[in-house]
Amino acid sequence: MSVVSQDSNVRPAGLFEFAERVRYRLPVVAAVVGLLAAWQFIVWFFSIPTYMAPSPIDVVGAFRSNGWMLFSNFWPTLYEALLGFIFGNAVAILLAVWFVHSRLAERAFYPIAVFINTIPIIAVAPILVLIFGNGLAPKIIIAALICFFPTLVNMVRGLKAVSPATLDLMRILSASNGEVFWKVRLQSSLPFLFAALKIASTTCVIGAIVAEWIGSNFGLGALIIEATYNFRAPLLYATVFTAALLAVTLFSLVSFAEARLIHWKTPDAH
Amino acid sequence: MIGQAAAVIPSGVSPDGMTSPDQAAVSVRNLDVRFGDGENAVTALSDVSVEIKAGSFVTMIGPSGCGKSTLLRAIADLVPASEGEIVVLGHTPADARRDRNFSFVFQEATLLPWRSAIDNVRLPLEVGGGGTVDDGEPARLLEVVGLAGRENALPSELSGGMRQRVAIARALVTKPKILLMDEPFGALDEITRDKLNEELLRIWQETGTTIVFVTHSIPEAAFLGQQVLVLASHPGRVKEFMAVDLPYPRRLTDRDTLAFVEISAHLRRLLEEC
Ligand SMILES: Nc1ncnc2c1ncn2[C@@H]1O[C@H](COP(=O)(O)OP(=O)(O)OP(=O)(O)O)[C@@H](O)[C@H]1O
Ligand SMILES: [Mg+2]
Repeated sequence: MSVVSQDSNVRPAGLFEFAERVRYRLPVVAAVVGLLAAWQFIVWFFSIPTYMAPSPIDVVGAFRSNGWMLFSNFWPTLYEALLGFIFGNAVAILLAVWFVHSRLAERAFYPIAVFINTIPIIAVAPILVLIFGNGLAPKIIIAALICFFPTLVNMVRGLKAVSPATLDLMRILSASNGEVFWKVRLQSSLPFLFAALKIASTTCVIGAIVAEWIGSNFGLGALIIEATYNFRAPLLYATVFTAALLAVTLFSLVSFAEARLIHWKTPDAH
Repeated sequence: MIGQAAAVIPSGVSPDGMTSPDQAAVSVRNLDVRFGDGENAVTALSDVSVEIKAGSFVTMIGPSGCGKSTLLRAIADLVPASEGEIVVLGHTPADARRDRNFSFVFQEATLLPWRSAIDNVRLPLEVGGGGTVDDGEPARLLEVVGLAGRENALPSELSGGMRQRVAIARALVTKPKILLMDEPFGALDEITRDKLNEELLRIWQETGTTIVFVTHSIPEAAFLGQQVLVLASHPGRVKEFMAVDLPYPRRLTDRDTLAFVEISAHLRRLLEEC
């Protein structure tokens, strides 16, 4: 086969692959379109008033007419969720590292962490608002709190998920504790860590919004409250979609980082 | 690590009568190993004495739970001696470990799944004050174990036999004087195991390293070893330290010869008595 004909083979293959991918996505696209159409139809058929449940077209209209309002309230929520994500997870990871190196620290502080986790976040929020006022700080702290616990638990498990045989090997090699940490424990913990980060990427948005419900005049959470009290249902739906979009975006970013960092599979026994 | 209980032992107690200490790679004298204390104490090894000559190939066999792994791990400083003494090339096991005098191959390959084959072989050079730069030895060793061209494969992309080959290359990269192997081919199919047996003998003859090899297989024990250490259980003790008088190089087909069959039969009888 000549080089030229080989070259011409590439394009149909690429096109074919693209068509395959579209075909793979087709069911979900069809399902979404179908559901939206059903929603529109039900609202129209039963003449449901807009303030009760807006039709998809009404929601799109709300996005158009309140675009700027949504946009300017999107940023504070993004900021709070992101900073909460970073601080909450950073503290959790550092604590996990400490716990794995000090049994005493683990015995002293792990129960406290479990206790803090049992307090409903809704109940903590007003306390933090009283202490820190109406600014960004309490929202960031609540977003951080909600991220903190799953990451702590998973990271401790991940750092300990090293087989005894691997630890024996490192001992035979006279590896120091630091070497065991950097060469073995850290990588072993990554799959566990990312499982927790994926949870945190959506819950940090929940944390920020819940915090905004309690005395705030900015952010998607505040907008949800305002739209609800004023019966602006289309705006409410548009806000909820915006919040969901934010969570999905953060989730995708974490998944992307995971795919980038974890390129190995744990081989099974034999 | 809690101290080597160093009881002073009169010399000349080795079972094969060898007394010259500079000839021994490993000498174990009146070794007891107990796990736990009080009522739950388990005596894994009781009064074990054995002398392993430098450069020799010793296989170890015995019923399950008789303490083969424990003996190997005591030599490797993974398990402390409760009583008695272990001398590895004139040092305590801990010093011998720090001097990188021995390597250990486990039943599982214990490769780090995120490291390629060659990076796994490099691991011993990177930790424990190994401090040695890669002078091409890891690549050469992968060639020796028949994995040329697979340097960059991840463990998940290798078969069980290939992973164990990587583990052997990793064990050899520190140029150990002693190679301790605990059922290294136990999880492999017979064809792969046979092939690796032959290759291990070749590596042994090329490197001149001392090998102590634990196995469950009578043919493997007889085929590989110059001597077979038979352990009995409850408590773990030396049943017999038997010489295998078959010349090297040995071929897999030698296992069908009368001499080999007789040795296997003898080993089988010993194990039945254990
Ligand atoms: N870490 C440990 N703690 C308590 N008991 C142990 C420990 N390691 C081994 N033992 C006990 O010591 C005895 C010898 O175990 P060992 O693993 O050395 O046997 P083995 O001959 O290697 O067995 P196998 O052939 O099944 O591998 C067993 O009774 C076992 O239960
Ligand atoms: Mg064993």
